[in-house]
Amino acid sequence: MLKDKDKIFSNLYGIKEREIDSVISRGHWDNTAKFIKKGSSWIIDEVKKSGLRGRGGAGFPTGLKWSFMPKPNPDKPSYLVVNADESEPGTCKDREILRHEPHTLIEGCLIAGFSMGAHVAYIYVRGEYVRERESLQIAIDEAYSKGFLGKNAAKSGWKFDIYVHHGAGAYICGEETALLESLEGKKGMPRMKPPFPAMAGLYGCPTTVNNVESIAVVPTILRRGASWFSKFGRANNTGTKLFCLSGHVEKPCVVEEEMSIPLKELIEKYAGGVIGGWKNLKAIIPGGSSVPLLPAKLCNDALMDFDWLRENQSGLGTGAVIVMNSDTDIVKAIWRLSKFYNHESCGQCTPCREGTGWMMRLMNRLVTGDANLKEVENLLEITKQVEGHTICALGDAAAWPIQGLFRHFRHEIEDRIKNRITKNIAAE
Amino acid sequence: MILRRIDKKQPSEFKFSKNNLSWAKKQIAKYPQDRQQSAVIPLLYRAQEQEGWVSKPAIEEIAKMLKMAPIRVYEVASFYFMFHLSPVGEKAHIQVCGTTPCMLRGSEKLVEICKKRISKKQKELSSDGKLSWEEVECIGACSNSPVVQVGSDYYEDLSEESFVNLLDKLIDGNPEPGSRKKRFSSEPEGFFKSSKFKIEEKTNASVKLFLEKPFSTDRKK
Repeated sequence: MLKDKDKIFSNLYGIKEREIDSVISRGHWDNTAKFIKKGSSWIIDEVKKSGLRGRGGAGFPTGLKWSFMPKPNPDKPSYLVVNADESEPGTCKDREILRHEPHTLIEGCLIAGFSMGAHVAYIYVRGEYVRERESLQIAIDEAYSKGFLGKNAAKSGWKFDIYVHHGAGAYICGEETALLESLEGKKGMPRMKPPFPAMAGLYGCPTTVNNVESIAVVPTILRRGASWFSKFGRANNTGTKLFCLSGHVEKPCVVEEEMSIPLKELIEKYAGGVIGGWKNLKAIIPGGSSVPLLPAKLCNDALMDFDWLRENQSGLGTGAVIVMNSDTDIVKAIWRLSKFYNHESCGQCTPCREGTGWMMRLMNRLVTGDANLKEVENLLEITKQVEGHTICALGDAAAWPIQGLFRHFRHEIEDRIKNRITKNIAAE
Repeated sequence: MILRRIDKKQPSEFKFSKNNLSWAKKQIAKYPQDRQQSAVIPLLYRAQEQEGWVSKPAIEEIAKMLKMAPIRVYEVASFYFMFHLSPVGEKAHIQVCGTTPCMLRGSEKLVEICKKRISKKQKELSSDGKLSWEEVECIGACSNSPVVQVGSDYYEDLSEESFVNLLDKLIDGNPEPGSRKKRFSSEPEGFFKSSKFKIEEKTNASVKLFLEKPFSTDRKK
């Protein structure tokens, strides 16, 4: 269990005083210039050494991503864009950072921005988070008034400005290139890659897009050392992580814990256990709606990290654990996700625009039991046709939950269809 | 993908209030020269906050301000789901989160209550025009589910009873947002009962902002 002294987000729930002097007294903004004076390659090296992998879902090494940024060019300024468009169902961790620990993010922006040669950062907050956006803006204003941002940010000699931008309720804008389109004032439709944002991103300039949590942990990593951070979790899955627990648990919550913590420990220690007890567990979705579910029999030994979950045909995603107990109609739970993806498909690529609708309607027939056994094959075929055939990963994300459902609960779906058929015959 | 169209009945004109106009100019200044188009979402949202919904005259006015073709602004307004393209309830538009994490904790019951109390179909006004509702996709407060959003605020940890109570209060005024289970924010329920925690703030940051200024912008109503 992670000790309180090792928690990066010591005021995650916001019970401690939140104005800037109290934040400073808790150790944030302590001699930030010291890190900047050590140079960008030192910062990037430390982040690489810490083993930090992106917290937005894909788990790409953060230090490596920063190192892709080209050398500063006066004609093409570099940009840091922070992805605070947290919309993955099950995920509510960045909300707590934005409203209760905004200074970790702001300080992280300065350090990350400097290391990639950016003088400007845009933080793209999802439209629904109005109060969170206001909290963040207040914190940014405080940072300006203390001289932590502006012409000589934190007395480092580096000019740095942060602007808050917001969306208006489109899940797809969490995809980095769609987010950039949206930030340019267009519909949020993903771009083809390459060119990658590090070459041509915001306004055609070099850009790095990072998740809120990835940036917010950086100041503490530098302050306490890469080796401190990397001692948590298993190799290649290091650090601490915010987990969001929701669904059928006694006490849903957001909590910071070590990576690679056993799933069972996470649920029982923090969330008060599964409703009806561990034996009543049916399945969990370990990383937000886009990853395939894990049935109860795999949950006993599950470790919450990138590699263990990938080896078991799922994923850590954003660390959002959605728990379902035996009262759940699991087909319906996944159908609701299909409805979500159908709603949120941006409409650019045909396989996704049409496929998400087909998948939703076929799933609906499975929920009611009206489907026949051949349609089960059809549905799986469609998921294969959508997966990997779209510009962005939304198509994959729509297909995977259904594939996961069939991988582990096919018998339940087929039984439902057979029961329906038998009943109909009996009624005649 | 959902097709959305703008309401047939449109007002004759739209104008930003003085405060909102000066706010809009500050927004445009956030972006590099000739990139004023970037401000389109914030401006549309402010127009919606002022009027309750995004009308055609508002779209045209914003297009003029940002030197964009009106169709490009219309495209944005119809693409992003938070923009209401037709009028909503005069007192409140209730957005019930219906995605799986909320569904598992009873959001379907909240939808039923909306159907009974407000209108059978979503996005339709109640008979007195005071309320309207819609089922929205995940609004990102899953550890406090089920959740509804009204304007800028989240009402969390709802039950059927507390939701009915909320609807009553929304007609008469502005009930305080936040958890209906007396949670501070997203901690496990009852977590702060232990004396080891010293609670220095009265409320979480979202509720605090509501208490200081329930509406942060100029509104017609």
